[in-house]
Amino acid sequence: MKKTTILLILMLIAVAVLLLTPMIGIKVITPGDLFGASELNSDSMDSYIFWKIRVPRVLTAFAAGIALSLCGMVFQAMFRNPLATPFTLGVSSGAAFGAAVYMLAGMPAALFGFSGFFGFSGISVFSFLGAMLAISIVYGVTTLKRGFSTSTMLLAGVAISFFFSSLILFFQYMSDFSQSFRIIRWLMGGFEFAGYDSLLNMVPFILIGTAIVLWNLNELNLIATGDDIAVSRGVNVRATKTILFFATSLMVSGVVAICGPIGFVGMMAPHICRLLIGTNHKYLAPATLIFGGLFLTLCDALSRTIIAPAEIPVGVITALLGGPFFLWLLLGGGEGRGMLR
Amino acid sequence: MADQLIHVENYSFSINNNSILNNVTLSVHEGEYISVIGPNGAGKTTLLKCLMRIYAGGTGSISISGKPIESYKQKDLAKLLSYVPQGDSRNLDFTAYEFVMMGRYPHMSPFTSLGTGDKKAVSDALEATETTHLRDRYLNTLSGGERQNVFIAAAIAQGSNILLLDEPTTFLDPKHRHDIHKTLKRVNCTQGITIVSVTHDINSASLLSSRVILLKDGSVAFTGSPAEVMCNDVLEPVYDKEFLFTDHPSTGRPVIIPGDITL
Repeated sequence: MKKTTILLILMLIAVAVLLLTPMIGIKVITPGDLFGASELNSDSMDSYIFWKIRVPRVLTAFAAGIALSLCGMVFQAMFRNPLATPFTLGVSSGAAFGAAVYMLAGMPAALFGFSGFFGFSGISVFSFLGAMLAISIVYGVTTLKRGFSTSTMLLAGVAISFFFSSLILFFQYMSDFSQSFRIIRWLMGGFEFAGYDSLLNMVPFILIGTAIVLWNLNELNLIATGDDIAVSRGVNVRATKTILFFATSLMVSGVVAICGPIGFVGMMAPHICRLLIGTNHKYLAPATLIFGGLFLTLCDALSRTIIAPAEIPVGVITALLGGPFFLWLLLGGGEGRGMLR
Repeated sequence: MADQLIHVENYSFSINNNSILNNVTLSVHEGEYISVIGPNGAGKTTLLKCLMRIYAGGTGSISISGKPIESYKQKDLAKLLSYVPQGDSRNLDFTAYEFVMMGRYPHMSPFTSLGTGDKKAVSDALEATETTHLRDRYLNTLSGGERQNVFIAAAIAQGSNILLLDEPTTFLDPKHRHDIHKTLKRVNCTQGITIVSVTHDINSASLLSSRVILLKDGSVAFTGSPAEVMCNDVLEPVYDKEFLFTDHPSTGRPVIIPGDITL
């Protein structure tokens, strides 16, 4: 199939998912319920749930899916390693650490009039600082010595990830019960608190990050073939990597601050799309961001319907779906394309 | 000198405090075909990487087309020099055409579609390396020889005047080695592209090059025409081994023949 055809199909599926998932939930709300006999009867409750709760939630899930999967794609290309994601490199836990710090220390600060910078909420800003801290440590460690291998860099990321996770555990241990529960629930990841406010808070992070990534697709293609080739073709590899680290930190922290760390999308979506459409990032990037968006939106729809009226955290769903699927890919379901061989 | 494309003067470079290049001084003139030979660990690859600024830093000076290498943006440097890395097994999930098109990077900007100039440069490069029939094949599915040809095509498509090659024929069978040498000789003679090729193949160096540079322990041990290099006075101290020479039956250039192995 032609690559543009695949993109078109993905786009149509995404539109369908965006139109249908707001109708799904504890109660199915059809367009008839919304627009049909609305004037007279008491369907204003349905309308409220649909427009004020479900639509922003679906949009948040879609935006988060875009950001996380695009970050995964960028990391996999930059490190030329199928395991590189915001999670394995410690960016997610850095962002989570920043957010946790804010939850504990920022709340009192808010009482003294601190509520954020330039209109961004304090938790997003703290989360971003945490992500930047993590990625600077990983990158800094690896530039200290020339000839650091990718696997060393991944190991550094794993070490930093554990370090920050332990700090979060420590904070939890030291905090009181309600704060601790709040952190635990948030760490599971989910969209149930998503509203237009949080969506608006997240969107600038994701827009800027996505724009930077899309601006650097030629560079990503070359870096994916090797730093030496990229340099010899004229790519300023160091500057490109720095700006891409900045972009991914923006996106990851934008998402993590609102939705908590959501695993597996970032690793899986780019791999699946590589199997569908190949490694050329001119096609892979749009495919990945559409697929990531619709996948996470579907996972969220599942999370609020499987055991309704209760909800399963979406992170649980992505991992439960993603794990087996990923193993299937590794065992040869993907015919050895992309990075999996 | 106007036609001095590369000039390296007293250049030293070290990696993690291990000195790799020591006071290297050399120059490359327009239209030359230079082979850089020397034992393993002599610094041949490092020299190429420093010329391409894959490695930066070091002491002394490197100038390209009369200007210090530091004064170039990487993109502008890539318009003057291109580089073919040592053959390896890196996983490349791109078609030959996509990969060669990526060689046009220094002439592209984000979002602008590829111009007719870019497309022509790519098809010319594929033609020059006789790889047009491979254009839609994925690099991962190519043989070592085909792959190396595509790498050279990408470097040619880049449109630079100097081609730096790191052991372009080391892992190839005689037929593909011959094809690569023919391609290099052709672009050197017909397009006037200057070639700097690192190789362990001393005979090909003798038969193809206009000049041979001999590296040992990070320094230039000798530089001269193939006829001057191909003698035991020059080669034996560098390789720590005696060689047997004969004259090539058709070109008359000296070549090494394998010695007898006695236990």
